[in-house]
Amino acid sequence: MDSMTIIAVASIATAGLTTGIGCMCPALGEGRSVATALTALAQQPDASATITRTLFVGLAMIESTAIYCFVVSMILIFANPFWNHVIAGAATVAGK
Amino acid sequence: MRLSPDQLIFWQHGFFKLNGTIVFTWGLMIVLAAGSKLITRRLSTDLNRSRWQNLLEIVVTGIEKQIEDVGLKHPEKYIGFLGTLFLFVALAALCTIIPGYEPPTGSLSTTAALALCVFVAVPLFGIEEQGLGGYLASYTKPTFIMLPFNIISELSRTLALAVRLFGNMMSGAMIIAILLTITPFLFPIVMTALGLLTGMVQAYIFSILAAVYIAAATHTRKPKPALAPKT
Repeated sequence: MDSMTIIAVASIATAGLTTGIGCMCPALGEGRSVATALTALAQQPDASATITRTLFVGLAMIESTAIYCFVVSMILIFANPFWNHVIAGAATVAGK
Repeated sequence: MRLSPDQLIFWQHGFFKLNGTIVFTWGLMIVLAAGSKLITRRLSTDLNRSRWQNLLEIVVTGIEKQIEDVGLKHPEKYIGFLGTLFLFVALAALCTIIPGYEPPTGSLSTTAALALCVFVAVPLFGIEEQGLGGYLASYTKPTFIMLPFNIISELSRTLALAVRLFGNMMSGAMIIAILLTITPFLFPIVMTALGLLTGMVQAYIFSILAAVYIAAATHTRKPKPALAPKT
């Protein structure tokens, strides 16, 4: 396999794997946090404003790791520097 | 496949480019500034007031209450900065209803600029509250060994602010664009509604996190009161 094929296969496989794992683990964390927040709400309904706000802030922090994985996948698919470099090299070779 | 409104060029002259991000940001600024100016021209303090004034009062008092809940004792000092952050990001997300509009927060430059504003504002508010020596000393709490870690955490949470907002906005726009090519009629509308929800949540998160960072920086440590002798 030449380098172009290797780069393409590696980028596509890694993008899929990154999104897959990057969506699973934060989802598990968010599920646990919401479950604990519901338990706390059931025990102390008066503090619901504080609990809800803290829950949302915590969910946003957990979500950001999923967003990092998504951004890496997008970069691998759409703005891949290695692929652009290889394509530019192939274009100059074909132009000669 | 356009990743961000940066690649939508309206006008170009040599080095200067008017891309979508700049034009949509200007549009949002005009709407916010002109709208607020028009509504606050004739403020009334009695029960007979226009509904736009009511709307603005709901928004302002809501933000004030949230800032106070976070732990900042005098919200009027911070509401200018934090309220503007919230209103800008929220309006940028809400306007996706308008066809042809792309949120400028879907470009990493806008979110990086907003995060840099927070990065600069936190030490400014901290120094204003605690003085220069007191604020710099807070980096060495709880022990002196924590100094590099505190600095690294400052930088990384700024980066996290920028990437979080950028990722959420960009992913919303990209999912809608992809779905438009697959199932054009029902799912893009549903995803636009979801994009509105996440946009509002991200606006709230951005401003609340900025408020929490400012609260952490301005938290003055009171000296321990001398124990009264037992009588």
